[in-house]
Amino acid sequence: MKTKMQSLVMLICAGILFAGSTTSYQLGDSVSDFKLKNVDGKMVSLSDYKSGKGVIIIFDCNTCPYSRAYNDRIIGLNKKYASQGFPVVAINPNDPAQSPGDSFDEMAAVAKKKHYDFPYLQDLSQEVAHAFGASNTPHVFVLKKDGSDFKVAYIGTIDNNTRDASAADKKYVEDAVNALLENKPVATPKTKAIGCGIRWKNS
Amino acid sequence: MRKPVFLLCLFLASAASAQQANVIKFDKLQALIDAKSDQVQVINFWATWCAPCVKELPLLEKLNAANDPTVKVTLINLDFADKLDKVNAFIARKNMKTDVLLLDEIDYNTWIDKVDKSWGGAIPATLIINPKNGRRKFLDKELQEGDLEKLIAEVK
Repeated sequence: MKTKMQSLVMLICAGILFAGSTTSYQLGDSVSDFKLKNVDGKMVSLSDYKSGKGVIIIFDCNTCPYSRAYNDRIIGLNKKYASQGFPVVAINPNDPAQSPGDSFDEMAAVAKKKHYDFPYLQDLSQEVAHAFGASNTPHVFVLKKDGSDFKVAYIGTIDNNTRDASAADKKYVEDAVNALLENKPVATPKTKAIGCGIRWKNS
Repeated sequence: MRKPVFLLCLFLASAASAQQANVIKFDKLQALIDAKSDQVQVINFWATWCAPCVKELPLLEKLNAANDPTVKVTLINLDFADKLDKVNAFIARKNMKTDVLLLDEIDYNTWIDKVDKSWGGAIPATLIINPKNGRRKFLDKELQEGDLEKLIAEVK
């Protein structure tokens, strides 16, 4: 009886917690630490990046054509900015049950084939994607280190031409990181993009 | 050499009896959203590569096939414009009857907010407008059986 009562209380508390956490990060918000499994089997935390200037978090996946279209550009962002203190951390939030091409093994295969030199983490519980308010892939959150906190400085898409990188004339993520590197305000801190909706678990 | 010709003939033959997608710019979609019509406008955003979109298409086809004079269904396709042939082949293969407009606007930030401020850009998404009373509903997730009828009833 006691255990039943306890589980009921737990359920109610969980319900309250969930209801309270429906608001996702907004621009300027501090981001809570998270710890997710990388394709190499090791755990990676946001706090591992404390010595840098920030992190480019990209919710991404294997299966979405928009993710595939942006794949080389994401690799390029890490090549350009990791050495300047803004490395890329890619997170796959898709439920592998609904999107088998996004399983851990498939993620590892893509990372190997494309020679990822940045983490590609699996958000199996989808808690990190929910916390960030990520809705589609790829969905970028540029975080700026502020004291001991990471604060959201940019939310949105990579640039303004999914189909053709060379035709993109608004490079939102690069512009945001360049501004942060110069301690300037980000001119366009929020954008939207068509993308594949995250494959959420069936509740 | 023969095979491509045969495939082309097959494609043309099937295309002749099915819908073709018309390529539009945002002004045409804006006109549809602002239409002063007596019909409830059901506008669905989809792409051939989007699995949940393809899954819900039969619900929109069924609504269109009901021929309700008070409802107009339009499918806004978001495949890249250079994939028009692929879209038309898809329409023919699925024998779709609903009007399909391929929106050729790659700079998404210039128009997403004009469809609905709450839309993050993920598809599928469905906009339902009753021009007569200005009521509108926006759903940015996969439609379930009965959702369309419920949303239409809510704007009437």
